[in-house]
Amino acid sequence: MKYTEEHEWLRVEDDVVVVGITAHASEQLGDVVFVELPEVGTEVTKDDDAVVIESVKAASDILAPIDGEIVEVNEALADEPGKVNEDPEGDAWFFKIKASDPGQMDDYMDEAAYKKFIG
Amino acid sequence: MSDLKTTPLHDLHVELGGKMVPFAGYEMPVQYPLGVMKEHLHTRAKAGLFDVSHMGQVIVYSADGYEAAALAMEKLVPVNLAGLGTNRQRYGFFTNDHGGILDDLMLANRGDHMFVVVNAACKEADIAHMRESLEGCSVDEITERALMALQGPAAEAVLEALVPGVADMKFMDVGIFSSDFDELWISRSGYTGEDGYEISVLNENAVALAKALLAHDDVEPIGLGARDSLRLEGGLCLYGNDIDTGTTPVEAALTWAIQKVRRKGGEREGGFPGADRILGELENGASRTRVGLRPEGRAPMRDGTPLFAGAEGGEQIGHVTSGAFGPTIEGPMSMAYVTSDLAAEGTQLFGEVRGKRQPVTVTAMPFTPANFKR
Repeated sequence: MKYTEEHEWLRVEDDVVVVGITAHASEQLGDVVFVELPEVGTEVTKDDDAVVIESVKAASDILAPIDGEIVEVNEALADEPGKVNEDPEGDAWFFKIKASDPGQMDDYMDEAAYKKFIG
Repeated sequence: MSDLKTTPLHDLHVELGGKMVPFAGYEMPVQYPLGVMKEHLHTRAKAGLFDVSHMGQVIVYSADGYEAAALAMEKLVPVNLAGLGTNRQRYGFFTNDHGGILDDLMLANRGDHMFVVVNAACKEADIAHMRESLEGCSVDEITERALMALQGPAAEAVLEALVPGVADMKFMDVGIFSSDFDELWISRSGYTGEDGYEISVLNENAVALAKALLAHDDVEPIGLGARDSLRLEGGLCLYGNDIDTGTTPVEAALTWAIQKVRRKGGEREGGFPGADRILGELENGASRTRVGLRPEGRAPMRDGTPLFAGAEGGEQIGHVTSGAFGPTIEGPMSMAYVTSDLAAEGTQLFGEVRGKRQPVTVTAMPFTPANFKR
């Protein structure tokens, strides 16, 4: 598992990367009430806005952590955005991305580094 | 350390796990471990306890009696205060010479004086305004008292057990009660759309009272986050967002708070700042109006969102002033100002969010039915 400074977790499954947000991020966001997912097939570049999350507090964006193609999105979140608070590091993944440059993953933190990052 | 002020309940908020944020110069809890959504739903289902000690409590007194103080205050607010019964309270607002709103407030007739509660962010200006303008009256800020609100359907039973007699109060009644927490100044009112009470208690007894209320299974502490979504579902204005010096009471759809006696042809017509404009708008209408909006889908449409009549092109016809997700209505809701010809219930408009125009419908407020004990 890798982590970004934007509080996303990235899990490699074969040739795709599953993207979600950390428990720490979900706690900071507060109750999530709306999730807008990208369309499957979208080509994204690292740091593109990929997902919009609205919580009871504010809107925030989830960025594409790497270049690639969105190959699957978690449609269940559209109907049950509260899952992002209930199981952020499990069921509530946002999208799967097929990396066009797997080397970009090397830039991200491992769990120990992320834990240090959030203090 | 910051120079934020704290209320007598500050340490209790921290002890209860409140997440403290700056608000109107005070460090206040935005939420507790329950979270905004559950705090909101709990208040509608049972009862929530809110610390509103940051608000200004003021006594206006005239040696010539309540009516003299009321008539002096009527020069600042377009409300019938001389005709307000003893131990009754009314909502009102200070207006400026342009008909704008300086602050909204509660005014109570307490027999020989008037008791006023104003917003935290405006209280210094309000007190200066009253001191300068209220001839023959003393204006005393009550700093030795905290203020809390107990709101929700269980509020009556919970408070009655501690302070016998409060169950007999009706919506907008006020009273002074002796209790184990010394003298309490209680009104049957609040800002959530629920039945409930606002309770003024001496600072040194505030924690004990709060703990006694929270000891009841039905009562949870509620932060500013849920306070905002509750008041918005209740169709209630937030000063600084939905009303300000640039909005008139007629534009803000608050004309219900201007009684007949202060309107054109009334016994005490006008005589408050901006009366020409406000009374004129009461007769002829205002060019824009505050309305409720229900966006389609689940995404909240937040303050500042520009509004349009059509899905494409055209001039902007208004903007959102408050917007959030309503936990009780299980969907997004907004307050907005729109040109008055587009303010009719059922009108479809469009709000531009992240570059896309999303459909919204003009909807009657409150979004949730009010639960007051009339």
